[in-house]
Amino acid sequence: MTPTLNPLLWVIPILPLAGAAINGFFGRKASRNAISAVALVFCGAAFAVALWIALRFSLASSPYYFPLAHWLRSGSFCVDFEFYLDQLSLVMLLVVTGVGFLIHIYSVGYMWEDDGYYRFMSYMNLFMFFMLTLVLAKNYLVMFIGWEGVGLASYLLIGFWFTKDSAAAAGKKAFIVNRIGDFGFLIALFLIIKHFGSLDFTHVFAAVRTLPTETSGAGLLTAIGLLLMVGAAGKSAQIPLYVWLPDAMEGPTPVSALIHAATMVTAGVYMVARSSVIFEHAPMAMMVVAMIGALTALFAATIGIAQTDIKKVLAYSTVSQLGYMFMACGVGAFSAGIFHLMTHAFFKGLLFLAAGSVIHGVGGEQDMRKMGGLRLYMPWTFATMGIATLAIAGIPPFAGFWSKDEILWKAFGASWVYWLIGVITAFITSFYMFRLMYMTFGGDDYRGAVAQKAHGHGGLGHSVPDHGQTPGHGEPHESPWVMLGPLVILALLSVVGGFVGYGNRFEHFLAPVFQDAMGIAPETSPESASSTLEYLLMGISVSVAGLGWFLAYLLYSRLPQLPARIAASIGGLYRAVVNKYYIDELYAVLFVKPLIDGSTTILWHGVDQGVIDAAVNDSADAARHVSDNVRHMQSGNLRSYAGWVAAGGAVVIAYMVWMGVR
Amino acid sequence: MVPLSYYLVLSGILFACGVLGFLIKRNIITIFMSIELMLNGVNLSFVAFAARWHALSGQVFVFFVMVVAAAETAVGLAIIIAVYRTRETLNVDQVNLLKL
Repeated sequence: MTPTLNPLLWVIPILPLAGAAINGFFGRKASRNAISAVALVFCGAAFAVALWIALRFSLASSPYYFPLAHWLRSGSFCVDFEFYLDQLSLVMLLVVTGVGFLIHIYSVGYMWEDDGYYRFMSYMNLFMFFMLTLVLAKNYLVMFIGWEGVGLASYLLIGFWFTKDSAAAAGKKAFIVNRIGDFGFLIALFLIIKHFGSLDFTHVFAAVRTLPTETSGAGLLTAIGLLLMVGAAGKSAQIPLYVWLPDAMEGPTPVSALIHAATMVTAGVYMVARSSVIFEHAPMAMMVVAMIGALTALFAATIGIAQTDIKKVLAYSTVSQLGYMFMACGVGAFSAGIFHLMTHAFFKGLLFLAAGSVIHGVGGEQDMRKMGGLRLYMPWTFATMGIATLAIAGIPPFAGFWSKDEILWKAFGASWVYWLIGVITAFITSFYMFRLMYMTFGGDDYRGAVAQKAHGHGGLGHSVPDHGQTPGHGEPHESPWVMLGPLVILALLSVVGGFVGYGNRFEHFLAPVFQDAMGIAPETSPESASSTLEYLLMGISVSVAGLGWFLAYLLYSRLPQLPARIAASIGGLYRAVVNKYYIDELYAVLFVKPLIDGSTTILWHGVDQGVIDAAVNDSADAARHVSDNVRHMQSGNLRSYAGWVAAGGAVVIAYMVWMGVR
Repeated sequence: MVPLSYYLVLSGILFACGVLGFLIKRNIITIFMSIELMLNGVNLSFVAFAARWHALSGQVFVFFVMVVAAAETAVGLAIIIAVYRTRETLNVDQVNLLKL
């Protein structure tokens, strides 16, 4: 398994960077056609190269690497710009470039009317560059460049409509919460440097393999694992750092699809999977990962039930599904986590793009209570979104069923508690997704305002792609084909994407990367012994998904007045769920307010004004007072000047005479 | 032969007269003449020393001082005329605009 040199590796991330640079520097004056061409060609070329590499990779299964340049050299410690591609990176590479390319195409239609079109396309390409750097890195520091870079791109794109206060605030919130996670990641890197003297994946993992597993008590590897998990929790929106992701929906919908569903938020899962060797030697860290994942999955899913904003439902769903992936990693089923990452990229990207199509079609409205009956107006969007919903709910044979079932099966092997949480989450997921479908597309009448003045152009008006048009949007309409095309392709992937996992093929494909995990992963290979149990569990998870569907049908299609009555009867709990368990408010009281107050009184009034400003101002005042007195010597009277000169001369002579005498 | 000290005393007296005139006179032309007096007092000691030590450099120095003094006189007189034209006075106590 010696890695082979492949100079194509560095071309993949550079291509989108070139696109970003061209559009960023010259896009302002360019035509929209030229901007689209540049963005799509460079992004598509990256996808093409990735496909080319993937085809050749399947023949020779040894990893590829390419050292691009030296970077840090300090004694025996060195970090280089090196790229690396193994089975794990390859999956990520194809997901990022493939789904990314489709979303770029979609963006052409969605963002066409926006004034900042060139800016948007440039940021999207920039994001692709950083994400590809992240997945292709050969050491933790290059990965960290990508890690921070996607955070930057995410910040820029969440705050894309920066004249809107809520968007600017959401961008800041995302960035700051991510910084908290990055802090943990950085400390983990420092620990790795201190104890292993390298950041290179190969070296570090080789060194870790020689260490004993920390079964009793916590040691170095547990600390590193937990700190890495802090970083992953920030980037992948896990408890307690998930709060930024729902707010990030302020960004344009293609951004939500690309960054906040399909790719960037899965970077944490990728990082944990990449560090699997470290986690396997630290069972306690693994347990924390699994617990955080399970809790987040359940917690976010319950919030999703009561949201009325179509994108917010999907955002909480994303948080919940990411929890699934972490739960898989935590029980040692890394390949199942990556499998779900891949299928999730398909169907969640599709869900967001379809939601964007809906928002586009109804003129910028995001409140599902003002939709309904849309299947009559936009059949293609309805069909594709329906497929994605079936996929995420875990209805066979759609993609989500395979990966979710894999995770649940592995989780059951670790502990029935994880499995139970997973099944409950699957039920809730199915319920809120079909609720979304019934509220948006179901029913016979469209509840939104048609051809009404200022329709949908109030608070959300800025997020309307075509907000430059006359107010009054008219009837909902189907989106153009440039947007529907990606939907259809992703729908196909959501249907067939799961079959790569049939017969554990996906797991075998990733096996070289996770070879160490095989030892500690729950034993699932003897099919004969447990196949009955496996089918039983599969049946349970499918039936709870069906139950969720039925419940949603009952409440939101058959008896539409019932949900309000149920909500009223459990008033307190319902209000808590609607208000997202007051977590944002809690953080505001616990962290944000003390921080702002402390900064205001101590740092601003105390240190800045009291010490730094005071020192500068006081020394300036002193200089002014002294000069104020001295300047009176300059009276304008020539004879007094002469007197000063004479007196000075006399002093000099007296001094010299005195010195001469001595 | 006149002793060196006589020259030096005369030089000192001339210089002191110059300083005194420079300090107490109000007319710019008088002040200007006082400056010339100081220069020539110094010149006198230069040539006295040069004669005493048979060194020509002192005499050369005097020529330099004279040249500079001539240049200074030319510039100075021009300034005085300019001052008189604008202020219509040569009293330095009334030429005191340049102050804070």
